[in-house]
Amino acid sequence: MTSCEKAAIICNKAQYNEASFIDKLKLKFHLITCKTCSKFTKKNAQLTSICDKAKLYSLSEAEKAAMKTKLNKEI
Amino acid sequence: MPAIKFQYKEDSMKLIKTNSLIFGKDEKQMPLNKLHPNTWVDAYADYLFNYAVGRVSDAEIARDLVQETFFAGLKSAKNYKGDATERTWLIAILKRKVIDYYRKSNSKKGRAEVRMNYNANSDSEGDWLEEQVADPFSSFENDVIENEELGLAIHDCISKLPKKQSLVFKMKTIQGMSTEDICNELDINPSNLWVMIHRARTALVGCLNQNWFEL
Repeated sequence: MTSCEKAAIICNKAQYNEASFIDKLKLKFHLITCKTCSKFTKKNAQLTSICDKAKLYSLSEAEKAAMKTKLNKEI
Repeated sequence: MPAIKFQYKEDSMKLIKTNSLIFGKDEKQMPLNKLHPNTWVDAYADYLFNYAVGRVSDAEIARDLVQETFFAGLKSAKNYKGDATERTWLIAILKRKVIDYYRKSNSKKGRAEVRMNYNANSDSEGDWLEEQVADPFSSFENDVIENEELGLAIHDCISKLPKKQSLVFKMKTIQGMSTEDICNELDINPSNLWVMIHRARTALVGCLNQNWFEL
């Protein structure tokens, strides 16, 4: 039987399309019996969809470091 | 009797006066916001960048604008009164920077006028007015605005995560890096990474629940 912790990890991997077929099958079986996990899976999927929808942008660490050094010169 | 009454009144007046004094003091003692330029990049760069990209739709220019915003913030730090939060104040500067950017790019090449090419699509029938009317059922404009606000809300929540979790989450979700690359760069093992992702995602769901909508 898959534990809830394992199921959560698989669910997270599935959000990034990194779960294997067998993993997904295990998750599906677990979700039938576990209400908490199915709730979590639903919310997790929603989070993924809104992150996609929002078209997030972020600066890479290198860019931030460059910014910091420039800013520190001024300080 | 009247004399006593008078005194009583005076006393109560005194009381009110001292009360207001205390309150006045309290207001002054309220912790005013202070600027910490050292933490700006870590705390607000992504938030400002997201805002800027939404306005100028060019990552390179947006990055420069954010950098300029930090410089301008530093320069006018003495004008900061502390009644707004740091972020609100920086966003206000960034707004001016965006306006300046458009002003500059327009005046440089004399493109301030709006040109409309009427015959852009050949299948137009020729009824100009009818074709220019906004589509009342279009949800496109609202979607754009809502998504931008959503993006800022998400960034707000990400910035509340612990440093390492937010880093991993951003690399994985926003920059779309592979698990292997992230593990190599941060020197962690995959199971470690997935635990961090899990914590970040759970925290984000909770945070967005509070600040944005029912998730």
